[in-house]
Order: sequence, then C-alpha cells, then structure tokens
Amino acid sequence: MDRLEEGLRKTFRCGKTKEVGWRKAQLRGVLKFVEENESKIFEALKQDLGKHPVEAYRDEIGVVKKSAENCLNNIEKWMNPKKGKLPLLLFPSKGEVLPEPLGTVLIFGSWNFPISLALDPLIGALSAGNTVVVKPSELAPACSSLLYSTIPLYLDAEAIKIVEGGSDVAEQLLERRWDKIFFTGSPRVGRIIMSAAAKHLTPVTLELGGKCPVILDSFSGSDFKVAVNRIAGGKWGPCAGQACIGIDYVLVQQKSASILVELLKNCIKRYYGDNVKNLQSICRIVNKQHFERVCNLLEDPGVAASIVYGGSFDRENLMIEPTILLDPPLDAQIMTEEIFGPLLPIITLDKIEESIDFINEKPKPLAIYAFTKNDKLKKQILQETSSGSVTFNDAIIQFICDALPFGGVGQSGFGRYHGKFSFDTFSHEKAVLHRSFFLELEPRYPPWNDFKLEFIRLAYSFNYIGLLLHLLGLRTPNRSR
Amino acid sequence: MALDAEAVMKELRSTYTSGKTRTFEWRVSQLKALIKITTHHEKDIVEALRSDLNKPEYEAFVHEIVGISSECKFVLKELRKWMKPEKVKTTMTTFPSSAEIVSEPLGVVLVISTWNYPFYLSLNPVIGAIAAGNAVVLKPSEVAPATSSLLSKLLSQYMDTSAVKVFEGGVPETTILLDRKWDKIFYTGSGKVGRVILAAAAKHLTPVVLELGGKSPAVVDSNINLKVAVRRIISGKWGSNSGQTCVSPDYIITTKAFSSQLVDALKDELEKFYGKDPMQSNDFSSIINSHHFDRLTKLLDDEKVSGKVVFGGQRDKTNLKIAPTAILDAPDDSLIMNEEIFGPLLPILTVDKIEDSIGRINSKEKPLAAYLFTNDKKLEEEFIKNVSAGGMAINDTVLHLAVNSLPFGGVGESGYGAYHGKFSFDAFSHKKAVLHRTFAGDIDARYPPYNPRKLQVIKALLSGNILSIIRALFGW
Repeated sequence: MDRLEEGLRKTFRCGKTKEVGWRKAQLRGVLKFVEENESKIFEALKQDLGKHPVEAYRDEIGVVKKSAENCLNNIEKWMNPKKGKLPLLLFPSKGEVLPEPLGTVLIFGSWNFPISLALDPLIGALSAGNTVVVKPSELAPACSSLLYSTIPLYLDAEAIKIVEGGSDVAEQLLERRWDKIFFTGSPRVGRIIMSAAAKHLTPVTLELGGKCPVILDSFSGSDFKVAVNRIAGGKWGPCAGQACIGIDYVLVQQKSASILVELLKNCIKRYYGDNVKNLQSICRIVNKQHFERVCNLLEDPGVAASIVYGGSFDRENLMIEPTILLDPPLDAQIMTEEIFGPLLPIITLDKIEESIDFINEKPKPLAIYAFTKNDKLKKQILQETSSGSVTFNDAIIQFICDALPFGGVGQSGFGRYHGKFSFDTFSHEKAVLHRSFFLELEPRYPPWNDFKLEFIRLAYSFNYIGLLLHLLGLRTPNRSR
Repeated sequence: MALDAEAVMKELRSTYTSGKTRTFEWRVSQLKALIKITTHHEKDIVEALRSDLNKPEYEAFVHEIVGISSECKFVLKELRKWMKPEKVKTTMTTFPSSAEIVSEPLGVVLVISTWNYPFYLSLNPVIGAIAAGNAVVLKPSEVAPATSSLLSKLLSQYMDTSAVKVFEGGVPETTILLDRKWDKIFYTGSGKVGRVILAAAAKHLTPVVLELGGKSPAVVDSNINLKVAVRRIISGKWGSNSGQTCVSPDYIITTKAFSSQLVDALKDELEKFYGKDPMQSNDFSSIINSHHFDRLTKLLDDEKVSGKVVFGGQRDKTNLKIAPTAILDAPDDSLIMNEEIFGPLLPILTVDKIEDSIGRINSKEKPLAAYLFTNDKKLEEEFIKNVSAGGMAINDTVLHLAVNSLPFGGVGESGYGAYHGKFSFDAFSHKKAVLHRTFAGDIDARYPPYNPRKLQVIKALLSGNILSIIRALFGW
C-alpha cells in the first residue's frame, strides 16, 4: 500500500500527467479498452449480474464511450484558464482561474454498473490530470478481475492502478492520504468513507442513492401508455431495479391506479416474460445476501397482502420476478428503505399534489421522476421538492445528458460529475491575480490618516469621480452614519 | 443561557419549510439589513475590533466593514440573475428534450467563524448563505469576545431571527451544534479543528467548506521594483492584522545574492510605515491573546532561530505586541518553518537560483496562497504551472481576496470549497439538474425484448451522431 501511494505520487510529481497529450492518450486508451474488449465485458457482466448485452451496452460500454469521446473533444477548452473581471481600481491587473489536478485520487466503483461506475469517474480523474487508484467492487468479481488484468494493457500503469479486494482492502486504502476520494455506493458506507477522509482533510464526492419516486399524473390517451412504458423500463431495465437512479416507487391518483397496474403487467409480460424461471432481458440479483434482503421485504404480511403481480422467486438463479404492490403499509421496510430490487410499490393518493408532501417526508432522493402535462404541477414539484435531479416525462435518461450535473443532495450525497463536471470534480480551481509594479496606490500604506481612510471609502464604492475629486483636493469628506 | 439546539433546529427548519427564505424579497431584505448594520454601527464595530485585536481603525474599516457592505451591494445587484435557472444544451441523444440547472438552497446551514477578522469572516459566509436562500446559524469565535457579543446583539436587532441566529460560545457550544444535522457547514479556522468538524459532519453526510490556512510563501526575484514589492509585502504581512491572516505571506524565499538588499528595503519601508519604534505605532495590531503571544515568542526563542534575527524581535507582554521581525535562513527543522506562523515574524530563506524556490515550496503542504514578485515571464509561468496553492498573486499580496470574480479557497491542507461573489451563492446552493422530455418520438428500441437491431439503435443514439441515428432507426 505504501509503495502504491508513493509510486503514484512520484509519477504525479514528474509532471507528465499534466500534459494534455498524456491525458488524451489515456482517454483514447479507455476507448480502445471498451471497443476491443466488448465481448469480454458482455461476458463478465453476464457472469456477475446476468446483464443482457443490450443493457450492458446501453448502461456501461456506451456510457464510457460517450464520456471518453466527450472529454477528448473538449479537454483543451476545459484546461484553458477562465478570465475573471477585475475592478478598474486594480488597474492594471489581470485575473484568471486555472484548473489544476488535485494529485493522486481514489475511486471506489460499485457492483451494479461495475464497468461504467469505475471507468466514468476514472475518465474524469484522468482528464483533470491526476494519478488514480480504482477499487472496483468485489461483489462483481468477473468485472473486477477483467479491469485488473486488462486495463494496464491500455493505460499508463505508472499512473493508474486497479486494486482488487473487499472491505479489508478498502480499509487499508482509506488509511492512506488521498487528494480526493470518489465514492459510489450506500449512505452507510459513505459515512465510513467520509470519516476516514476527515483525518486527512480529503475532499470527497459521494454518489449515494435514496428512494427515487415517480409522480404519475392522470392523463388519457396513448401518452399515458408511453409514460407507463418508460416507468416499466426505468424500474426493471437498469439492473433489475438495483440502480441508484432506478425508480423505487410510484405515486398515482387513486382513480388511475388500476389502469396503471394493468398496463404495467402488460409491459412486464412483453419485456421479460411471466415465468420466473425463464425471464428474459433482465438482470438477476447480485448475490445471496441482497437476494435475501429483497425477499425479506415481502415477508411483512401487510406487504405480502398488497402484491398484485409477481412475488415469486428462483433462489437457485437469484432471480426475483418483477413484482407490483398496491398500497403496502407505509411504515413497512419496503417503504422506508431504498428497495434496490425489482419490487415496485404503487402508492395511491386522492390528489396528485399530495405527492409533494409525501416525498418531502423522506430523505432527499437522487432523482424525482414526474409524468405530467400540468405546467403548474411541474413548477410546484421543482420549487417544493429537493433532489439530485428532476426529470419530466421520462426516467433514467438524464444520466446520459452530459450537460447536466449528476449528483445528489442531502442523504443522496454531494458533489457531482458527468461531462465537464467530471473534469471539475477532480480539479482545483486556482485563482491567479497578475499585478504590475506600475501605478501604486499610496493610500494602501500606513501611516493612516483621514485622507487615506476617505480614499478607501470612495474606492470601495467604486466612486471614481469622487475619488478623482478627493485626490485633487476638491472634495469635502462626506461621512455618512 | 443553555443552548437548546433541538429547539433551535426545529424553529429554523420550520421557517425554512415555510418557504420564506427562498423568496427574492426576503433575501434582499436581509442583505439590506446587513448593510444597515455596517453603516449605522461603524463606530461600535471599530470599537469591538480595537478591544479584541487592538486593530487600527483603518484596518477595521478597510478589511472588515467595507468588505461586508461592498459584498452585500454586489450580491444585491446580481442576485436576480444568479437565481435564474441556467439553460443547458442537450444533444441528439436525448432529442427531443430541454434541460436546465436550477439553483436551490440547501436548507439550514451552520457558519463557524474565526477570530482574526471576526466581523468580516463571520458575515461574509452568512451573506452567501442568505443569498442562496438558506436559514443560517452563525457561531462567531469566542476568542474575539467583543465582536462576538456585538454580532449577537446587532443580528438579533436587525435580521429575521426566525431564520438567522447567532450562538456564542466555545468548544462545548460548538460541539452541541455539531451534533445536529445541518445541510452544510462552513468553517474558517485551523486544520486541527477542521478535522473535528469533518468527522462530525460525516455522521450526517453533511457537505462542508473548509477555509483553513498554511504557510503562504512569497518568492522575491531580483530584477524588480523593490520598493513597491516591499511595500506590498509589508502591507500583506504586518499591515494585515500583524501577520495574523490566513493569506499573509508567511515566509519569503529570495536569492542569496539579493537577500541583504531585500532586508534593507524592508527596514526602510517599515520605518516609513510605523516609525522608528513600531511598538509605539497605533497603526500596528497586537497579538490576539497571551496564548498566541507565548506561541510566537517560543518560535523566536527556538535556539535554532534566535541567533538569526536580522531586525525586530522586541516584545511587550503587557500590551501583547511583537515588533515586525525578520529571521534569515531559519533551518528547515526549526519550529518556525514547520507551523503556520500567524504573526509578525518573517523568515527569509535564501536559495542559489530563484528557480529553486519552487522545489522548496512544493516540499511543504499546499498553502492557501502563494506570491511571486518578478518581471521574468518564464519564471512566472513556471511558478503558476508548478506551485499548487488555493490562490496566487503575482507582484502583490493578499489583494486577490478583494476580487470577487475570483474564487477564494484552499487545496490540500489549506482546505476545500471556495467562496466570494457568485462562488458564495454557489457554495450554499444545490444545483439541481432538470430534464424536460415529451411523449413524442418514443423509440421502441429502448424496451425489451432486446435484439441486434435494437442494439444498433442504442449504439447510434449514444454516439449522438444524427446520421447514424437516422440510419439505425430506418434499419439501414
């Protein structure tokens, strides 16, 4: 561990990671990695999660490709200093903000998107010019192993290290001092990470989760069907509900509940089939521990009684059927904890506006999804709820919009990335003020007197005329009280 | 009065939930109230600062009072613009869609301030918190008791106390506050206490801004206007609270050949500023208290350093004053070269070539500020590129703080997060991503059952390339 950190710091000190040529070479290396190993990546994801190649491309390979290409296209622009406006008083001078790498950073990947949640932050760290350690999640061992064995063939092994292992390795890593830690995972582990980082004053980005709700307004016609398609796709599509921005539960008006349930059942049968032993195009639960955790959510009799579709599981293959629940008890675990699985509670309300208070009683989630054509409701949702993001009339897709920051608030985390935000998250923005020796302001210096004090008063209110008059002795001080 | 933190939090959350602090009108009213405090109570503030720090009226005015009123005025001018959502461009990948970033307050925030600019460093973050629409608790430093007490009195008189509160006290009161769940904590002070704050914040996953300090170096090249440079160094060191400033030049690096000229110039200008006996000058601050006075005299009396004083060294324990003092070539393992000095002692380190200063600086922790006096463009470029610090000024000191279009904050041991100007507004805001989609053009390739054609469409969509999207959609 010592040698690992020292080696990376030494590489950083030699300066090569700051060069744009080096950064671009690494980004191209990441691109080549995903392009040349596509089938191996599909295979590893199938092994770890039963992920279908289309889902794997959409959520993992495609995301990494898009990020790397976006960085390559924009990196020079991002690396340029930004000019700051300076007051005339400081003439002649120039101010700018210069992004610089933080140094040596640590990234913790997660098991649900084991390729993209390791490589997407890595892309950010590399574009910002840092040396990096990536610890993929041990709960996705095939992907972890693939990254460990293959990344060094594409990236500069002196600057990027993949470290495999479980919580013991994570603990050892956390004892070292890093210039930034980027963590994707649960709030529980987020606290541990942040506490460890506190010892070294290490800045941290925490991408956590939460119960991401859907607010489904009532409207008629084919658009409602489209909405339900998107809800079904947003629940079971990303890793069978094991996604931080995955839909957790739906809020809908009582009068639309039964049509919603019918349409959802149709979607499930169409997309995945209706035999739990033979479900298609959907991931399995990652391991026994999470399988038991999710199944246990259905143990509560009140919850079991509310199942309107599904509820069966295949323990041997760690498959849980897409399950719909109608109005489970609100104090049951399924409604107080992040589900992270293929169970979809539907909560009915008299008026859809009640969804706002409902959501506000829970911790701030990573995403809120609202399907509505009512502009007034949209405005209310935006102003009266708080979440990492809000998406209207769709779900999950905000993830691939690079112009939007991706991150949480409150219990769903802090910090953000994607697009330029990734570059910024791994950079320090250094303010630089350039002054010349020319044009000295005498009143800056002691010994102090009333003249100098009045000068500064006028200067700070940018009262240049007054200043000029004062300097010429043509002004009587106006001390307002 | 015992601090009932739970009742306080309840009231603040209730105020925040009511939505009052989010309105433009409320924020404006609070900022205007702060301006009123600075104009109506200038004398009281100067008095409190004289009492706490023996701060000269000029410094009290220029560094503390005016800083607050001008920042409030700037924010009032820009606030409506900052509060507007920022439209961002979407690509073919999410077509048709529109997107924006909405700034919203974090909720209820805690500002913990420090003693050296007790008025300015308490209210400047509060300006940011209010501008962003939060409810805020301010805990001023107990080490500057007159200012702390004045802030408590004035804020309760002028501000909306259902949303803006001041709690005075020391470690016990701060600990009680830190136990609660805040939506953000803003701390100015030392790295040691910064770690305590972070550990407390970690329990609630509270984001933090840490404005800490460090040993801010000033590198002085030889081919410069020495008089102007020296005046600016003196202003940033002894003219800024007697060196008790997070961005004061902590130590100087210059060449062996130039050091005696530099020392002579410093002596000359110091005499012009403070007279023959600076201990008698009213324009020169005292040390905050006897604890820090003893800390500083210990640095001077260190046997590794005591023989190297080139001017100054006088001290007056009764009046807590230490004269402007310079030490030539203190060894790297001396106490004075291993902690932030925060006082009127100035080590001058000499190197053979001025370029060597970069390596000397980089062997220490990243400071809050770094300064370079030079006319050599190449040296300037090397310095900016290779020295990491919170902020930098070339050919001046401290002034970069006064430019509110530049972010002010640290890196590494000097902290993280930034503020001033719009950066303050951003520091206390959550930037919420909003994506608007329509129901038109729903692509069935999104949904299972998956097949190779759908994969083609997904690939094309993610590439953002309109031609490949069209081709894929038509199955070509």
